[in-house]
Amino acid sequence: MEAAHADAGGHSAAGGSHDEHEDHESLKTFGFWIFLITDCILFGTLFATYIVLRGNTNGGPTAEELFQMPGIIASTFILLTSSFTSGLAVLAMNRGSVKGLIGWLIVTALLGASFITLEITEFVHMVQAENATIGTSAFLSAFYTLVGTHGLHVSLGLVWMIGLMIQLSRHGITTVTKRKVNVISLYWHFLDVVWIFVFTIVYMMGVM
Amino acid sequence: MAHQPNGTHGAGGHGHSEHKGHGSFKSYLIGFLLSIVLTIIPLVAILNDLVEGNAAMAVLLITAVLQFLVQLLFFMHLREEDKPRYNLMTLIFGLVIVVTIVAGSIWIMTNNTVAH
Repeated sequence: MEAAHADAGGHSAAGGSHDEHEDHESLKTFGFWIFLITDCILFGTLFATYIVLRGNTNGGPTAEELFQMPGIIASTFILLTSSFTSGLAVLAMNRGSVKGLIGWLIVTALLGASFITLEITEFVHMVQAENATIGTSAFLSAFYTLVGTHGLHVSLGLVWMIGLMIQLSRHGITTVTKRKVNVISLYWHFLDVVWIFVFTIVYMMGVM
Repeated sequence: MAHQPNGTHGAGGHGHSEHKGHGSFKSYLIGFLLSIVLTIIPLVAILNDLVEGNAAMAVLLITAVLQFLVQLLFFMHLREEDKPRYNLMTLIFGLVIVVTIVAGSIWIMTNNTVAH
């Protein structure tokens, strides 16, 4: 794309169509931003539900008894780091390095996978050792729905990232793959934002 | 002759799109370090019982909101957006809805005499 544009340097028509193409790409990125805001509203309703129900434990285990902070702290730092490495992937892409881009995406995906592993371990421990299932109390229903929805988002992001890595290794950095990397990096930062509020409102306020 | 100015224009355009896009290593590193510090502050303050009650709640909420801003400004590049700032407008619209839902739910349920 870049080379074609340089060849057509003298023709203003070619420059114009290039600009239009870029506008179209930024419009698609804006469309993704709107999706993120609708997701923000989805999580907002789940947070509201959790906040009003968190005291209703129905005689079952409370937040303070259930949450084990070492695992939560570890997964928080893992997710913060993965947000940073997905940024480094975008920087590698802007340098034009496909190897660097795919490398940092692999690091990001591995961090995301360890985050999900820790979360599943936590859920299994809660269900098996503490007998705290989604049906035990209103608090736990809201808890599993909120934290589980976030985990589902991270898992879908992982599948998407692996698909994008395959596409990148086949086609390299083009206008289309460039936009896709920018969009998945936005998505990943957004998941980090949601986790910050899960960490604060669910876990920190739970053990306070 | 005609080729020369066009070439410079192209280079200028390229530089512009890089600027608006995606920040630098420095801004990512600053964002990352800030987000680590903003996570450690509430952890140390709450788990060691340095603050309690409303003060603890304030520390938690302020550090969370600052973290949110760090992600938006340093990682999601909200301030580098071109005008008109549709992303920012959409974000504000979404946040108004979220705050209405969360604050409204809390207000309704704390004033709900049937639930208590």
